[in-house]
Amino acid sequence: MSIKIDSQKCNSCGKCREVCPGSLLYKDSSGKTAMRDPRACWGCTSCVKECKPNAIQYYLGADMGGKGSVMYTKTEGQLLHWIVVAPDGSKQQLTTDGRQANAY
Amino acid sequence: MKLEIQNLETDILIIGGGTAGCFAAITIGEHSSETRVIIAEKANFKRSGCLAAGVNALNAYIVTGQTPESYLEYVKNDAEGVIREDLVYTMARRLNAVTAKMERLGLVILKDEAGEYVSRGTRNIKINGENIKPLLAAAVGKSPHVTVLNRVNIIDYIVQEGKVVGAYGFSLDKPILYVISAKGVICATGGASGLYKPNNPGFSKHKMWYSPFNTGAGYAMGIRAGAEMTTFEMRFIALRCKDTIAPTGTIAQGIRAPQINAAGEEYEKNYGAGKTAIRMYSTVMENKEGRGPCYLQTRGTTSEQEHDLYKAYLNMAPAQTLRWLEQGKGPAEENVEIQGTEPYIVGGHTGSGYWIDTQRATTIPGLYAAGDVAGGSPQKYVTGCFVEGEIAAIAALDYIQGVSIIPPNRQGMEAKLTAVNKFFRPQAGLYTVEEVEEAMQQVMDDYAGGISAGYAYNTAKLQVAKKRIGELLQISYQLNTQDLHQLMLIYEVIDRLYVCQTLIEHLETRQETRWPAFQQNADYRQKDDQNWLKFVNSRLEGGAVKIILRDLVKKDDRYEHKD
Repeated sequence: MSIKIDSQKCNSCGKCREVCPGSLLYKDSSGKTAMRDPRACWGCTSCVKECKPNAIQYYLGADMGGKGSVMYTKTEGQLLHWIVVAPDGSKQQLTTDGRQANAY
Repeated sequence: MKLEIQNLETDILIIGGGTAGCFAAITIGEHSSETRVIIAEKANFKRSGCLAAGVNALNAYIVTGQTPESYLEYVKNDAEGVIREDLVYTMARRLNAVTAKMERLGLVILKDEAGEYVSRGTRNIKINGENIKPLLAAAVGKSPHVTVLNRVNIIDYIVQEGKVVGAYGFSLDKPILYVISAKGVICATGGASGLYKPNNPGFSKHKMWYSPFNTGAGYAMGIRAGAEMTTFEMRFIALRCKDTIAPTGTIAQGIRAPQINAAGEEYEKNYGAGKTAIRMYSTVMENKEGRGPCYLQTRGTTSEQEHDLYKAYLNMAPAQTLRWLEQGKGPAEENVEIQGTEPYIVGGHTGSGYWIDTQRATTIPGLYAAGDVAGGSPQKYVTGCFVEGEIAAIAALDYIQGVSIIPPNRQGMEAKLTAVNKFFRPQAGLYTVEEVEEAMQQVMDDYAGGISAGYAYNTAKLQVAKKRIGELLQISYQLNTQDLHQLMLIYEVIDRLYVCQTLIEHLETRQETRWPAFQQNADYRQKDDQNWLKFVNSRLEGGAVKIILRDLVKKDDRYEHKD
């Protein structure tokens, strides 16, 4: 599992580069964010949550059963929307609420 | 590139801005507003450490009807008696106070109508742990006395006059070697992952239970400085959801899903009482005996429960929810396959780490340890790490009274600078850091009880591991880098090799099998209470790991370092 960055969408804000716990993101020569090594990602989604333009998409490696879907988030106050896009373009959305504890 | 020295000075240096480190910094501010603190953090403290993605629950809490004494009994039983009762008990007594503090900082904790926390099992409470690290970081950020040095990788302590008087570290952004002088130092770097070949050895190699960025730096620095370490042989192996390596407790405790084998039989009870090591070991054995795959029996849960599970996993291990959605089959339709991970060294779950006194002082004056890097006290989890941060902070504050900064010795600084700059060789060497890391993981897997060895080891195999790890350590000092990120990776693999070296000696010393899978000595297959109800400790002396056996410590003892 790892992330892919769409440099067309990246607005060069640099917030993702700050939070990566593995310091895996860096500024490339055009000022956009690039990933050092997709294999080094822990999958914590810290960068995904920081990325307002949704340039960073999270996916499961084929070695752990990934089939091509990607996930990104949108923040709306205390709500965090998690959007999963399948290879055929169909979308599923789940929403977690920062004010609510886990049921389990 | 060549690094240059920059000197810094502070009252207390905290190495690692994770769970324990942040809590220590907050505690210092509450007790003494004029004490200057530097937190040196190798990433950025907003999301660094174990809590990056969040945490599923608070797993160490004294719920109604339980007591610190009952928590101590649980830990003692689970760890087969080899614990520092003084450490576990002093931790257990403060679990609820630190939880209340986290709630004040904004952590959402589930409450019932009477305002009581809702428990999940006998020691756990339900939370929304997604933002627990940003909440901690925000509280640290509001403390005017604390300076956070993000993206500074600490590599060694400065030891002078027999005391730890600071640390060396380099910036990941600028060619600077920081020489940080401090009156006292708290080590809170976390434990060590990546020693053994992981479950997913290919593309998803870092999709592991513990943070792949916790590389055992604190242990390794302590080992090199001659600090005494304890119980490395009690490795931690997590029982996790297959592939995603996501937690199983949320399902097992949350919806009471039993562990079943391929035939649908509940197998855990066939292996004895439900201890942490046995829960894992039983799954390993079922697979070994040809009765796998093993599952958590989730089929038949309601769609509401399934939806709640999706959300709970998004708050701590989002890969699992993505997997369910992507497969188009959730836990209500398909049981969740489970597996054991590769072994880790982590003092928040087992007893591995610095040998500390009751005040969390290590055996080197001036150095304190808290959280996963501190030993003797298993089942700390997040809240226990907070408590240790608190206790270490108060002890360090006490220690620095009347202590002056000892200026770093010029010769020592120059020697360290030369050693670091040596890695910027103009010519690329034969091996890359990644090759050394993979070789180390392969050696540990084959010869020191990794996954493919069924977690078992014997003396003959350990001799091979010892030799190979020694050779890899030699190679690692010949590695080459052109940038600061790569320099960090070199130091990480060196640190891991030091941890492996100590681990192998500890595994060899314990001539029994006390914790199946965690410590499974194929030459001595039984537990031996007559000879081994004691601690295996060690210290690096003249390049060799010297073993020291120590007696157990009771609940009300106040342990002090004497010899």
